[in-house]
Amino acid sequence: MSDAIAIRAPMAKVSLGKFWIVPPAALLALLFFYPLALIARQAFLDDSGVANAAEIIRVLHSRFFLNALINTVTISVSATAGCLIVGLVLALILAFVPFPGSGFIARLIDTFMALPTFLVTLAFTFLYGSAGMLNAGLMETFSLPLPPVDFLYSTWGVVLAEVTVYTPFILRPLLAAFSLVDRGQIEAASVLGARPFRIVRQVILPAAIPALIAGGSLCLLLTVNEFGIVLFIGAKGVITLPLLIYGKAIQESAYQIACIIAVINIALSLGLFGLYRFAAGRLGA
Amino acid sequence: MLVWSRSGRLVLWLLFALIFGVLFLAPLAVILLSSLSDQWNGVLPNGLTTEHYTDVIRGSAWNSVKASLITGFLASALALVSGTWAALSLRLQGHALKRLLGLLFFIPSAVPSVSVGLGLLVAFSHPPLLLNGTVAIVMIAHFVLISAFTFGNVSAGLARLSPDFEQVASSLGARPAYRLWHVTLPLLAPYLVAAFGLSFALSMGELGATVMVYPPGWVTLPVSIFSLTDRGDIFAGAALTMILVAATLVLLLGLERVTARATGS
Repeated sequence: MSDAIAIRAPMAKVSLGKFWIVPPAALLALLFFYPLALIARQAFLDDSGVANAAEIIRVLHSRFFLNALINTVTISVSATAGCLIVGLVLALILAFVPFPGSGFIARLIDTFMALPTFLVTLAFTFLYGSAGMLNAGLMETFSLPLPPVDFLYSTWGVVLAEVTVYTPFILRPLLAAFSLVDRGQIEAASVLGARPFRIVRQVILPAAIPALIAGGSLCLLLTVNEFGIVLFIGAKGVITLPLLIYGKAIQESAYQIACIIAVINIALSLGLFGLYRFAAGRLGA
Repeated sequence: MLVWSRSGRLVLWLLFALIFGVLFLAPLAVILLSSLSDQWNGVLPNGLTTEHYTDVIRGSAWNSVKASLITGFLASALALVSGTWAALSLRLQGHALKRLLGLLFFIPSAVPSVSVGLGLLVAFSHPPLLLNGTVAIVMIAHFVLISAFTFGNVSAGLARLSPDFEQVASSLGARPAYRLWHVTLPLLAPYLVAAFGLSFALSMGELGATVMVYPPGWVTLPVSIFSLTDRGDIFAGAALTMILVAATLVLLLGLERVTARATGS
């Protein structure tokens, strides 16, 4: 159904072809947009169908909501910053100081994207938990009475887990951008005596900025939406917006409160999605 | 080559090995090790055993594997049909509508999975659309969450397709249906397989929407792993996680081989 046939075909046929989009669009509308609209409805109206702002204001001023919002933003921004730094370092080495097998390693990191996110949290329990390898090692070596490393059940445990899980999402666009950098330019600069740090700053980084912005905004979106990592760490003090929605709806059966928080979480996510599309659009241009 | 000195390169490679080892290799290795360890009180496990695997396999693990595979397969198949259909029929739209609809098809990937589950609970808990408590609602949740990825993959493939083949086919008199079946879809096949594999992998690891909607008799692998670790049975959880990782990797590698054979590379 290419454009060529569309031009030659009579008008009636063209407008008929436009209706092919209806089945998948209707399916998505029923299964996704309709439930989304109902979340908004339940958030803004009470059971009798009257607009009810009092409940919304109460939730917005509640301690649990504000804590979850602050946690979500802190974790998301810190994890994204971590992903950008780690992703940039790994990508620079993979692309410009390659070693035997670096292509294989890049693909291996790629497959991390297909694995469930909670895997990393579970592994961290064995590595950095109070009875984990690191603590056991330190306690044995320095004969300490208590486990010295205690960051796993805090915001930083979640951040470190998210850096592991989402760095590949930065690495992939960065490697694609680096593959377009002219190697001759780098060799010329290096022959002329430019130090590696200067080449990175003046030649490589400018080429990487669009990829960093696109990857970074995707990371912000994914970390705001992340659920499995936070659930598996299960620290009482680390509640994010998705976890709060789950708690309110499933554990407390407080559906209206869950819907109010969901509306805010979805609005935040859609804003970040817009940022990502904008950044990715500029990257493609 | 950016760094010419041998020592400089060695330092960078060590840095890479350190980051890669700590962030990526250690978690996978430690999950594998813990799934095989007897007891773990010190730096290393006290002994090795396959007991956790036999335990979870004798327990409800097999049901979870089955639930995950069936959910993944059906949701991915539906997402593949709907995503391919959407991507193909979007080409018939005008420019403005094409952009708008394309954006709408992507939105499910941006919405937090827990909210997708919440929406399904709110929408389908009353007659006439009473799906709450059925297996169907799990499938729907997975379908919604992966549909954007299949749509995106197929659209990307379609954009890379050379229009020449289709134009030649239609100038030779091929009707639209014939051309779609014998020209466009075969050319798209590698992207379709890749899209199916990615959706399947995402579905296998899905947790957020599933914990919101799953009925008691349909516990997927991630939910099963969570209830094991939540009870403190972290070794069995690790064993089940390894089963999930192995299933996902076998699936992805298998599909990659199919694609490689189909494209003749």
